[in-house]
Amino acid sequence: MSDSSAPLTTADGVPLKVSLRRAVRRSKIKALLLVAPLLLFLVIAFVIPIFEMLTRSVANPEVSNHLPRTVAALEDWDRQDVPGEPAFAALVEDLLEGQEARNLGLLASRLNYERSGMRSAINRTARGLRTMEPPYREAVIEANARWGELDTWKIIQREARLYTPSYYLAAVDRQLTPDGEITRAPDNQQIHVSLFWRTFWMSGLITLMTLLLGYPIAFLLASLPLRHSNLLMILVLLPFWTSLLVRTTTWIAILQSQGVLNDVMVFLGVIADDARWQMIHNKIGTVVAMTHILLPFMILPLYSVMKTIPPSYMRAARSLGGRPFLCFRRVYFPLTIPGMAAGGILVFILSIGYYITPALVGGQSGRFITNYIAYHMQTSLNWGLAAAIASILLFVVVVFYMVFNRLVGVDKVKLG
Amino acid sequence: MAIPSYATRGERIWHYAFRGICALIFLFLVGPLLVIIPLSFNAAPYFTFTQEMLTFDPAGYSLRWYQDFFTSSAWLNAIKNSFIIGIASTILATVLGTIAALGLSSRYMPARGLVMALLISPMIVPLIISAAAMFFFFSRVNLAQTYLGVILAHTALGIPFVVITVTATLSSFDTTLIRAAHSLGANPTRTFFKVVLPLVTPGVVSGALFAFITSFDEVVVVLFIAGPEQRTMPIQMWSGIREQISPTILAVATLLVLLSMLMLTTLELLRRRSERLRGVTPG
Repeated sequence: MSDSSAPLTTADGVPLKVSLRRAVRRSKIKALLLVAPLLLFLVIAFVIPIFEMLTRSVANPEVSNHLPRTVAALEDWDRQDVPGEPAFAALVEDLLEGQEARNLGLLASRLNYERSGMRSAINRTARGLRTMEPPYREAVIEANARWGELDTWKIIQREARLYTPSYYLAAVDRQLTPDGEITRAPDNQQIHVSLFWRTFWMSGLITLMTLLLGYPIAFLLASLPLRHSNLLMILVLLPFWTSLLVRTTTWIAILQSQGVLNDVMVFLGVIADDARWQMIHNKIGTVVAMTHILLPFMILPLYSVMKTIPPSYMRAARSLGGRPFLCFRRVYFPLTIPGMAAGGILVFILSIGYYITPALVGGQSGRFITNYIAYHMQTSLNWGLAAAIASILLFVVVVFYMVFNRLVGVDKVKLG
Repeated sequence: MAIPSYATRGERIWHYAFRGICALIFLFLVGPLLVIIPLSFNAAPYFTFTQEMLTFDPAGYSLRWYQDFFTSSAWLNAIKNSFIIGIASTILATVLGTIAALGLSSRYMPARGLVMALLISPMIVPLIISAAAMFFFFSRVNLAQTYLGVILAHTALGIPFVVITVTATLSSFDTTLIRAAHSLGANPTRTFFKVVLPLVTPGVVSGALFAFITSFDEVVVVLFIAGPEQRTMPIQMWSGIREQISPTILAVATLLVLLSMLMLTTLELLRRRSERLRGVTPG
């Protein structure tokens, strides 16, 4: 009887609870160790780079690095009038040093984003530095009139901070006035917001198209006997497995004005030879090609949801007297909503991040915001702005990804 | 879903109309891929069917674009690069991903959801963002414009596919089989190689195929971080489409369609094999 009150132990006298806890901890550590190499790799090769890019969207080292003396000289400036001789002397010294080190270009383009004309102000002033004599104030202003303007100095003082919101503001077509208030960017520079909206609504349209085209196919595949549906499934999986560039190329061959579709329509007499439709290098091209490319991503999740709906539900509904359409609308359709949500979010996420297809078949009017990220990375070299646009896009994608994860679970994604 | 004999006339009409609609959608899916195959044999440098092709005149057909492809050093070099990068990153992604999937499918894996979300993130983050981020980072650590850099980048992009397919295979894995093997006297190593591995292999192979095709078809990251040395097939196609539209691209496209058919067949065979091993009769 006394034994029953003593705790249960293993053969070597360790209480069972402790032993069990140890075993669980060991299993946890074992699982973690298995995942660790991959996790470490991804953190170094993927997560850190992304994080670094995010910091680049607010980083602002140029002014404080290249004009340290000027910034120091401006510390107790009253912002009422153009600063006095000490600030100009410091500027000359800073510019001279920058010229030696040949890195004035970074400073010049950074200040030029804030105030156009600053690039030439810096370059021109730098050219005459060697022959410049004190008093510097007059000499520098003579070299370029920008230095005699109050706003120039306000901007230098403002941008001396190590972090700046200006790239994010530029990404949403806003800018700071020299006094630090947010205003709209000049009309000719307002492109990003409309590109964001265009990306979103075109992605929405593409999602809707894939839903309209994917639903009947998924329904057919789910209701046919497996032997037939497996064969038809190949028709869905073949384009899914085919190179993205191949599919984009085929759409160029089909849609261009001397292409297959226009030729067929001219042959059939639907359109005149001199009135061929422009179906590519515009919005139509982007929507058609991307609907084709993303359609399997809609069909596969829809199919896997429809496959789980017992056919007896519809039969029951019919036997209770429902007309086919009513049964479909009240019984079958609501059951497919999770699949529509999964496919829809997946297609939308993939679509807003697409770069290749809009770049190749989108022309001017079918371009996405991603194409502007590439433009700022490669052509305008405004990397801060590229990083800011990229982080906004990333934010949107992550929000949708979290919704997707909540609704479906990332590990439930089927890939054919 | 055959039509029942009691179907009304309206239902019959709808039945055939629905099939017709589906046929049109299937045509939309596969048609473009089928159009490009005959076009690649065009004797004229056009992206459309010529009069001679439509009348089946042999003069309208030629293999010149294939010849062009197989004799062009730029294309051959690009293929070589694509295979080097694709195979290396597939091996890396498959090994790392499979080991991780074994850990992930353990019941005791802490913070499973979070880790999974992180491992899958390279698939979700838009490629242009990954490319820009890797460009900055790889230039800083001197990996930009190197084979190693491109391989590591493609490994990161391929990992989600390996993790997804292998964890999916493991989740449907019947753990009583392991206990059965143990009870029959097999040690853990023997159990792993004789029982676990054969059943998991299809998942690993299809994950590897996905990782390979991801790398083989990837443009954006290569565009940003590779130098002229690492020019891959997709880059060659990309510049071909953008700069000089030559029908050689159609020949390449046809070859790639054949490649994807091959991949698809492999996957289908794997699926059948695993169903057979599990004792599921194929439908």
